[in-house]
Amino acid sequence: MNTTHYPTAPQNQPIARHTLAVTVDNEPGVLARIAGLFSGRGYNIESLTVSETEHEKHISRITVVTSGTAHIIDQIKAHLDRLVPVHRVVDLTLQGEALERELALVKVVGKGEHRVEAMRLAAAFGARTLDASLTSFVFELTGSTDEIERFIKLMTVVGLTEVSRTGIAAMSRGPEAM
Amino acid sequence: MSEMMTGAEMVVRALQDQGVEHLFGYPGGAVLPIYDALFQQDKVKHVLVRHEQGAVHAAEGYARSSSGKVGCVLVTSGPGATNAVTGLTDALLDSIPLVVITGQVPTHLIGSDAFQECDTVGITRSCTKHNYLVKSIADLPRILHEAFYVAANGRPGPVVVDIPKDIQFARGSYSRPRDNQHKTYRPTVKGDLNKIRAAVELMAKARKPVFYTGGGVINSGPHASALLRELARLTGFPVTSTLMGLGAYPAADRQWLGMLGMHGTYEANLAMHDCDVMINIGARFDDRITGRLDAFSPGSKKIHIDIDPSSINKNVKIDIGIVGDCAHVLEDMVRIWRETSPQIDKAALTAWWTQIEGWRGRNSLGYKNTTDIIKPQYAVQRLYELTKGRDTYVTTEVGQHQMWAAQYFHFQEPNRWMTSGGLGTMGYGLPAAIGVQMKHPKALVIDIAGEASILMNMQEMSTAVQYRLPVKIFILNNEYMGMVRQWQELLHGGRYSESYSESLPDFVKLAEAYGGHGIRCSDPAKLDDAIMEMIETPRPVIFDCLVAKQENCFPMIPSGKAHNEMILPDFEGDTGEIIDARGKQLV
Repeated sequence: MNTTHYPTAPQNQPIARHTLAVTVDNEPGVLARIAGLFSGRGYNIESLTVSETEHEKHISRITVVTSGTAHIIDQIKAHLDRLVPVHRVVDLTLQGEALERELALVKVVGKGEHRVEAMRLAAAFGARTLDASLTSFVFELTGSTDEIERFIKLMTVVGLTEVSRTGIAAMSRGPEAM
Repeated sequence: MSEMMTGAEMVVRALQDQGVEHLFGYPGGAVLPIYDALFQQDKVKHVLVRHEQGAVHAAEGYARSSSGKVGCVLVTSGPGATNAVTGLTDALLDSIPLVVITGQVPTHLIGSDAFQECDTVGITRSCTKHNYLVKSIADLPRILHEAFYVAANGRPGPVVVDIPKDIQFARGSYSRPRDNQHKTYRPTVKGDLNKIRAAVELMAKARKPVFYTGGGVINSGPHASALLRELARLTGFPVTSTLMGLGAYPAADRQWLGMLGMHGTYEANLAMHDCDVMINIGARFDDRITGRLDAFSPGSKKIHIDIDPSSINKNVKIDIGIVGDCAHVLEDMVRIWRETSPQIDKAALTAWWTQIEGWRGRNSLGYKNTTDIIKPQYAVQRLYELTKGRDTYVTTEVGQHQMWAAQYFHFQEPNRWMTSGGLGTMGYGLPAAIGVQMKHPKALVIDIAGEASILMNMQEMSTAVQYRLPVKIFILNNEYMGMVRQWQELLHGGRYSESYSESLPDFVKLAEAYGGHGIRCSDPAKLDDAIMEMIETPRPVIFDCLVAKQENCFPMIPSGKAHNEMILPDFEGDTGEIIDARGKQLV
């Protein structure tokens, strides 16, 4: 029985992963406001990608991947929307299967059979070779988060030493623009 | 039309253009150019406080007692800004519109740990509605005006503008922006008509309805209060309100149930618990209101009107959520109710009122009075009776005295009651009273205080004396941090750890030391005369009212209990047994 003055933590409510696209004024501190909102209210950030998308208008697009119960996701959207520099908040997950891609740079170091296997796997995944030395490769792979995860897992076996990932960029399908 | 001037002059000009008459502040190195510009004009009157926290609370009191006006503050960098943080958080939680201008070290020194430097925008990001660091003189006029727009529109709140000293000296062109529209921040003020219609339909079918109103009605302006009264008259429904909303509905009215929540009346809380339709107008289901959430008004359909979409469905599941300004939504509601003139179930409503009158009959605000010692409830009652009919404003500090003021001082009009609700800031009342008195020089402004709270911003007595502000500090002196003591009695076996106010000053001498007037009273028979003396003294007064030391503030919904499990004042038993082990872990 709940004997608190405060709401109990939601129990047995399904936690879903949502991808939100947020357009903001590209002004100093805007990212701190978004990140501060998530940390201050105890929400999760699984991935956060920011870049200016309309240079003249100083508008940036932020893609946040977060997870929570339906109630929490609604709260996150309401709180984001009331931030002063925020133009719009769109829940791409609610709009249907959105396109989600991320880019990873993967450094692999090794010799002999490992080196050959790394090359073969990279080719199989359609990764580009950005840099090669006698003992190393740097591959670039663009794909869904799952694909990148699989690629990294395989590369670990053949000498992965470093990974850099961009986080998710996302867009809804169909003719509708945000 | 633009004019060339310095950044400091722009600040003062923008304040003038925004109609600011009073500015509460404290000078320092990083704001000297602005103080210099203030010195050379006489439109904006500066009020010198004694601590920056006092400046912010004074601006809050000023804003709250003059519906719609933004309170303004000017403080220096570093400690000036950090001292303002409590006031900013207070204003954020109670939705009070403020513009707080802070000085900052010159742009090229930002980040170098310069003298009196702090990351003001970083520190205040989570305790303001919005904040700005001005990095170019070209941005200053826009930001200043935007700050006022953001503070006052939508759900009001505090806005900080941090201005480096070199920007204050820099010259640029000032112009007043023509349109008052913000490019991104455009809060919804008109409610969705379909939802309002659905709400009216639900209300019309209600058998046990209740209006639960809050600070949003006050913030929406006097028109919202007038519309609330009209809607209540049209429907005949009972009305209760949060601490923040007192005065929006007249306490003298028959449909008024008194305040609800942790120290609310029996009838208000039971009406909330048993109602079948709850109409929340501008309140936010705060935990002091709801008590145990899973037992909160279990059988009701809930309508919620709020300007902040994030308030809807935040704590309590809502059936009809209407985003909009209270006055706008109430206007539509009243109109639609009149147009449709719905057939309400009169018999059911009569039965509901009979039930409510039964609860009212319990007289949950009753207390045992005595002739040898002043009961705090009696003191507030007498204060109310003796100030009736006067142009009175009341502020409070935080604690038992605050709840007694809310229970026994009755408000008939909005904007007459200034108290720190959300943050619960001890030390709020005196500076807030100074702000109120500044706005209403002829009014009777009373800070109902506790002897512990008042010491937190006692220094502002000096401000009151300097500006000849005849504020009345009415201290219910029980020599305890009373609410802490009460909780220790209820929750911690009566072990009064650090809650006794040892070594209190002689408040009468203290008043005199500041240049005010001191009164002490400990005899119920002499209380009326003493209060009259206070009212008639045209100077700041500290009234040291010695009251019963261990009086508890009842009624009370204890931690971990629901609305229908209140402790009433006639409770006889061991108060230490009321709250179970799990409830004791809560606040």
